[in-house]
Amino acid sequence: MTLILNEEQKMLKDSANEFLAMNSPVEKFRTLRDENYKPFDKELWQEIVEMGWTALTIPEQYNGLDFGYVGFGQVLEEMGKCLTKAPLLSSIGLCATALVKSSNEELKNNWIPELMNGTKHMAFAQDEKTYFDPTSIETTASESSNGYLINGSKIMVIDGGSADAFIVTANTSDNETALFVIDSKAEGVTIHTETLLDAGTYANIHFNQVSIKNEDRLSDKGKGDELLNYINNTAAICLSAEMLGIVTEAFDQTIAYLQERQQFGKRIGSYQALQHRAAKLFCEIELCKSVVIKALQALDKGDVNIDKLASLAKAKLGETIKLTTNEAIQMHGGIGVTDDVNIGFYFKRARVAQRLFGDYSYHLDRYARLNAY
Amino acid sequence: METTTKTNLEDFRLETRKWLEENCPASMRKPVRDSNDFFWGGRNAQFGSEDQKIWFERMLEKKWIVPYWDTKYGGGGLSNEENNILTQEMARLGCRKPIFSFGISMLGPALHKFASEEQKMRFLPEITAGKTWWCQGYSEPNAGSDLAGLQTKAEDKGDHYLINGSKVWTSYADKSDWIFCLVRTDFEAPKHNGISFLLIDMASEGVSTRPIKLISGKSPFCETFFDNVKVPKENLIGTLNDGWSIAKYLLTHERQMIGGVGETDIRQELHKTAKAYLPLQDGKISDGVLRHEIAVQEMNDSIFEMTIQRIMDEAKTGVNAGALSSFFKYYGTEQNVSRMELLTAITGSEGLQWEGDNEDAKVQVRRLCRSKGNTIEGGTSEIQLGIISKRILNLPS
Ligand SMILES: Cc1cc2nc3c(=O)[nH]c(=O)nc-3n(C[C@H](O)[C@H](O)[C@H](O)COP(=O)(O)OP(=O)(O)OC[C@H]3O[C@@H](n4cnc5c(N)ncnc54)[C@H](O)[C@@H]3O)c2cc1C
Repeated sequence: MTLILNEEQKMLKDSANEFLAMNSPVEKFRTLRDENYKPFDKELWQEIVEMGWTALTIPEQYNGLDFGYVGFGQVLEEMGKCLTKAPLLSSIGLCATALVKSSNEELKNNWIPELMNGTKHMAFAQDEKTYFDPTSIETTASESSNGYLINGSKIMVIDGGSADAFIVTANTSDNETALFVIDSKAEGVTIHTETLLDAGTYANIHFNQVSIKNEDRLSDKGKGDELLNYINNTAAICLSAEMLGIVTEAFDQTIAYLQERQQFGKRIGSYQALQHRAAKLFCEIELCKSVVIKALQALDKGDVNIDKLASLAKAKLGETIKLTTNEAIQMHGGIGVTDDVNIGFYFKRARVAQRLFGDYSYHLDRYARLNAY
Repeated sequence: METTTKTNLEDFRLETRKWLEENCPASMRKPVRDSNDFFWGGRNAQFGSEDQKIWFERMLEKKWIVPYWDTKYGGGGLSNEENNILTQEMARLGCRKPIFSFGISMLGPALHKFASEEQKMRFLPEITAGKTWWCQGYSEPNAGSDLAGLQTKAEDKGDHYLINGSKVWTSYADKSDWIFCLVRTDFEAPKHNGISFLLIDMASEGVSTRPIKLISGKSPFCETFFDNVKVPKENLIGTLNDGWSIAKYLLTHERQMIGGVGETDIRQELHKTAKAYLPLQDGKISDGVLRHEIAVQEMNDSIFEMTIQRIMDEAKTGVNAGALSSFFKYYGTEQNVSRMELLTAITGSEGLQWEGDNEDAKVQVRRLCRSKGNTIEGGTSEIQLGIISKRILNLPS
């Protein structure tokens, strides 16, 4: 299999690029932030649905386009370039992926159509600690007469403030990981949103004796860890695609600045100290492009090496996005630390993306563990 | 080119696999430790072992010394797809290359692009037959990174050129049959416009060589001296004074080779060695710093391999990968150097043995020393970064 996009994927990428440049340039991001950190623009979300992006990863049997994650990743990459805010990663990349992968037909039939047509969106609630540690779950699901009682707290839930429902990880009484679908309006659910560095709103959710039915359990008995691992692999890879967009855009803007800004009577891009640093970034970004497409293809193929590829992608992108956004600011000089230019936005979004679904050291360590060292 | 259908290609893969399994001797499937493990060909060809001879001769008969060149030049005439399959199958079995030849990896591509048909018919079949050992005469004592500053002089004497000057770093000059050489044919013109590309028989009168000893010990590198050497005019490749374009084109191939494109066989699994040498805790390498460095090395090694594939795939669709050879060269050699440093750290005192009876250790420590040259030869890392910033990123001078 070649490591390049096919014609259809290229067309999708180009159309995403064009659409977002027109409808969601970075200024839009700035406006949303200035309007008291508005989570996303509902009109844009409907247009995204009309573009078909919410159906890309959904199989035909649920009326999706079955286009695959490589295509989905191209859209996320383009959104990364424009810092577009929309619940595409959370609701489709994470939750729809979880639904499709599960064997709970009732939940699938109830939710997938609504997620695809954008009338509702779901958020994935797993984090409990400041660091990423998906398998040690303190939220409990104790069996009750006709279902479960959920107790516990989740943090950093992407798009959780406006979600209609959550997919929640919890520990059952026989100490097993399980995933549940919980309505955001259910009794005992309290939601508190927080704005993070990237001007995004994330939810902290408390579940107090929340009663749910047996049918709302998404993962089969004994299959919770596997499903969770699959979602987190998908999340790491899709987020890596978005991060690639951030990296390339921050880099391109920086190169453009090196070509135009003059000091000491010369363009600053003529100074070798900066040239070599820029060239090194170029090399790292070439590596990023390869690992992202390889990992996206692996999702489509159901590759057995998906664990390793997900960690390779997230570790490499985590490392490179930090380097690139730091260099981008430094090479812009003073203007780089002002709110007037956009370069700081990329740095801010980068730091949050680095943390989500495991940072550089988490994934490098996981990669070593997967290779048995 | 004929389009081959998928089923044909699958058949080709199976046949190739079977043929390789039956014909590649077991000792030719062991990883190459250093350049002594290769067969180099040439007029006075010497095989290192019986297996090496058998392997070379079988591949020669199959026309797979250069499988992707045209059959009229003694190549195998394989399509890109077939050649990829052959490369993959050879890598899968760990088959060594039947010959190591600058004729194949560097001069060949340049001749294909710039030589006359007559010159191609004269030189290419000798390369595919493994009969000419070629060396590279580029660098001079005062023309290293600034290669275009070279001073070796070629004077027009009517029916021949008269060569005077010296080259340095000529790999295997003492063993080679021919040298492809950059010479100055115009001293008045700006430095890039007075260079020509000349092929010189090393047996010519007035050519002499002197070996260079490296920090890794004895080396194949030489100084090469030209003292009133007569070279027939038909040995000029391309246009007089336009040798710089050939030189640059050839360098992109050299850089890809040094960067390790297509050389997956030498990338080894560091962590396996590490687990054999280092203390473990619950199966994990307990030295957290080394474990981290190994993971970073392996992460970048494996993603670099994906990147080679991706860029090759893009090149096939017509995207120009020329300047990217500097990326391959830079990144691949920096990885080599850090890999050898890590291997040395992992193997501890054993990895420092210079003399003694531990053959593997002695080879490894010399490879450490030799790897230091990787980021210098073929244009230094700094020069590659400069090319990337100017030619790819369009940064100003
Ligand atoms: C092992 C080995 C094998 C070789 N094989 C061959 C061969 O087969 N044939 C052949 O023709 N040549 C060969 N070479 C020569 C090689 O191409 C040169 O050594 C190389 O181009 C560097 O030139 P130099 O040694 O003169 O170093 P210099 O050019 O003097 O460089 C010294 C230092 O200055 C830096 N530098 C120089 N110019 C700049 C600049 N503009 N900006 C920033 N930094 C700069 C360099 O990066 C380097 O760090 C070989 C070299 C080695 C080490």
